[in-house]
Amino acid sequence: MLAYIVRRLLYAIPILIGVNLLTFALFFVVNTPDDMARMQLGVKRVTPEAIEKWKVERGYDRPLLINSAAKGLSTVTDTIFFQKSARMFVGDFGRAEDGRDIAREIGARMGPSLAIALPTFILGLFVTVSFALTLAFFRATAFDFWGVVLCVAMMSISGLFYIIGGQFLISKVWRLVPISGYADGIDAWRFLLLPVFIGVISGIGSSTRWYRTIFLEEVNKDYVRTARAKGLPETVVFFRHVLRNALIPILTGVVVVIPLLFMGSLLTESFFGVPGLGSYTIDAINAQDFAVVRSMVFIGSVLYIVGLILTDISYTVVDPRIRFE
Amino acid sequence: MMGFQVVVLWSDMLIWLLVAAGIGVGVLVAKTPPLLAAWRRVGANRVGMASATVLLAFIAIGLLDSLHFRLQLDGKPGQKASYAIEVLSVLDVLAAPLRLRNEKTYSEPFATRLYAKETIDLPGGETLRDYPRLKHGGRHLGEREGEVAADAGMTAFRVGVLALLGWLALATAVSALVGRGDTVAVDASGWQKIWRGENAFAWNAVLLTLGLMLLIVVPLFWLAGQYHVFGTDKVGQDVLYQVLKSVRTGLIIGLVTTLVMLPMAVLLGIVAGYFRGWIDDMIQYIYTVLNSIPGVLLIAAAVLMMQVVIDTHPQWFSTAAERADLRLLALCFILGITSWTGLCRLLRGETLKLRELEYIQAAQAFGVSSWRIVVRHILPNLMHIVIIALVMDFSGLVLAEAVLSYVGIGVDPTMISFGTMINSARMELGREPVVWWSLAAAFTTMFILVLAANLFADAVRDAFDPRAA
Repeated sequence: MLAYIVRRLLYAIPILIGVNLLTFALFFVVNTPDDMARMQLGVKRVTPEAIEKWKVERGYDRPLLINSAAKGLSTVTDTIFFQKSARMFVGDFGRAEDGRDIAREIGARMGPSLAIALPTFILGLFVTVSFALTLAFFRATAFDFWGVVLCVAMMSISGLFYIIGGQFLISKVWRLVPISGYADGIDAWRFLLLPVFIGVISGIGSSTRWYRTIFLEEVNKDYVRTARAKGLPETVVFFRHVLRNALIPILTGVVVVIPLLFMGSLLTESFFGVPGLGSYTIDAINAQDFAVVRSMVFIGSVLYIVGLILTDISYTVVDPRIRFE
Repeated sequence: MMGFQVVVLWSDMLIWLLVAAGIGVGVLVAKTPPLLAAWRRVGANRVGMASATVLLAFIAIGLLDSLHFRLQLDGKPGQKASYAIEVLSVLDVLAAPLRLRNEKTYSEPFATRLYAKETIDLPGGETLRDYPRLKHGGRHLGEREGEVAADAGMTAFRVGVLALLGWLALATAVSALVGRGDTVAVDASGWQKIWRGENAFAWNAVLLTLGLMLLIVVPLFWLAGQYHVFGTDKVGQDVLYQVLKSVRTGLIIGLVTTLVMLPMAVLLGIVAGYFRGWIDDMIQYIYTVLNSIPGVLLIAAAVLMMQVVIDTHPQWFSTAAERADLRLLALCFILGITSWTGLCRLLRGETLKLRELEYIQAAQAFGVSSWRIVVRHILPNLMHIVIIALVMDFSGLVLAEAVLSYVGIGVDPTMISFGTMINSARMELGREPVVWWSLAAAFTTMFILVLAANLFADAVRDAFDPRAA
């Protein structure tokens, strides 16, 4: 098991290098630092001196890959690639346009992101799995039919509608909770209620339908027929046999997103004014802060790969038949 | 007769290419019995056909909006012709009343007065603070301003009756055709068979949907000539016109993206699965890397970079429409590059399975070339996966456009789309009284489009997926 995890971790390294090279190509080769400087400085203030100053301030004045002017090891290290891209591996993300350290900013903003993403994830999973289970239990009845119709309708509604409609109805018309904002510590709950609720609602449609399919696939398997033939009541068949076996594909399917919860949700956080990583990313996109977007891309892929490894491990934990050699 | 110059935007070209490809595939399907049988199953599915009717209506709007031209400007005879900077489409001409009759600012649906109070000059030199009358909405009413409901209701009723008569004529024609074409007819007329759903094709669903659509759409557009049926937005533009223009943007995002990613996904998926070995490793590596970057972030990064390229090369574009169009296409490419991995992985897995089957092994033993095996034996057996993926992706992409445009990494802000409509209307919910109509119109239309696409996708999946049968 340990050897397997170590091998998976080693396998992640070339992928991370690939991601790093890709972002490097996207941010520095497709567009030269000169282009970025022009975007940041605006049309009026573009002079060759201003561009040069901008580049020196941010360390973009180095050569891209190989510094032929430097000697020894610094031909490789004193370059944009090494200084800006390769150092992300050790958690050094550099500074944002406003001069703040990106790594520290990310650490501070993870909390609010998690405060919304984690309850949404857990509650959402509970609600959708229970709903799907009910639909599968009453399969091929009118309840099932209308349940699926409801799911298809709900997944056809834009996510923006849930947020805008929810904010309007619950906060503006009914005045139940504040429309947006955030507070530190225990006071945060008032601000969390609405985004979590809306997050759960907007996920119901597609997830429920997906889980229902998994349950129905399981119901048609041979061991279920055997259980019924033994004379077990349908509820026992369903909750003891079907549910437990169907949870394997469901759980392993959701494990991959758990690390990504740290990233927060772009939409939710920007609509509700939560100072998390999602709104950090959106602000960076709007301000065209390339350093922040680059860092978020890298962190996102690290978390995704962690999720993949966790998925593989969770397979072995929940399904003893699977052995990795 | 006014002259005009045809403008073919890149996205127009792609969308008409797509139409041509669709016709080509249709011909191909007609020659391939298994595919034809599957499409017949789709045709027998009532929900599927009803949603297909709705989708076709949207596609018709989108296609009309994809024929662009520039009008000739009035000049002296003998002078070299010059053309307007504004690029128009056939839809713009058809909807000219909607496009041109702009108000000053917001007005409610079916309103006769503006949303905001203004100072009006009275004839006697005095002034008055009041809601001014709209320039166009309900002008035909004159002094009978209070009778909007009665007038609109009466017009809607009359036109609705007309629409119903038109539908009846159409349905009679169809039933006559169906009754004649079907040789197994026992002793039922075409009408009866359609009504009872005894045809191989779900005519009853199509006709019923068509009837409902006519009943709603015809009175709506008739009234749109006299009122602003969906209201007007901040700069006084008719919201119905914006909704119509948004359809094309949504369709292009939904369709062209898949077109862009399809060749890459199919080629790499099959090659990886068929040849295995180091080729497989490499392709797997590429899609794992692309896949491991969260979609929105990769899109954001790529769009930001594209924006820099567009901003630093203004000389590439002769009109604003061309710039917006290129940005739309670039967005399609970016979405395509981030979304081909799923299909590629599916195709690779299926090819791995297929290549071990006896008939492929037999073909290899006969010395058939790999290229020929892939084209003749593997590709046709993957078609159902490709078709299912194509229709399943559409609705997700239409929804994604709205979100991306909100985040600021979507279509060009000057291009009318569901996302830009929602984005500009969302702040207005805070006003008192609430400006709700722009949002409502955008969300409702998007809901209808996506719902139809989802239902159609389900019908296609049920018909093509061998596991479901």
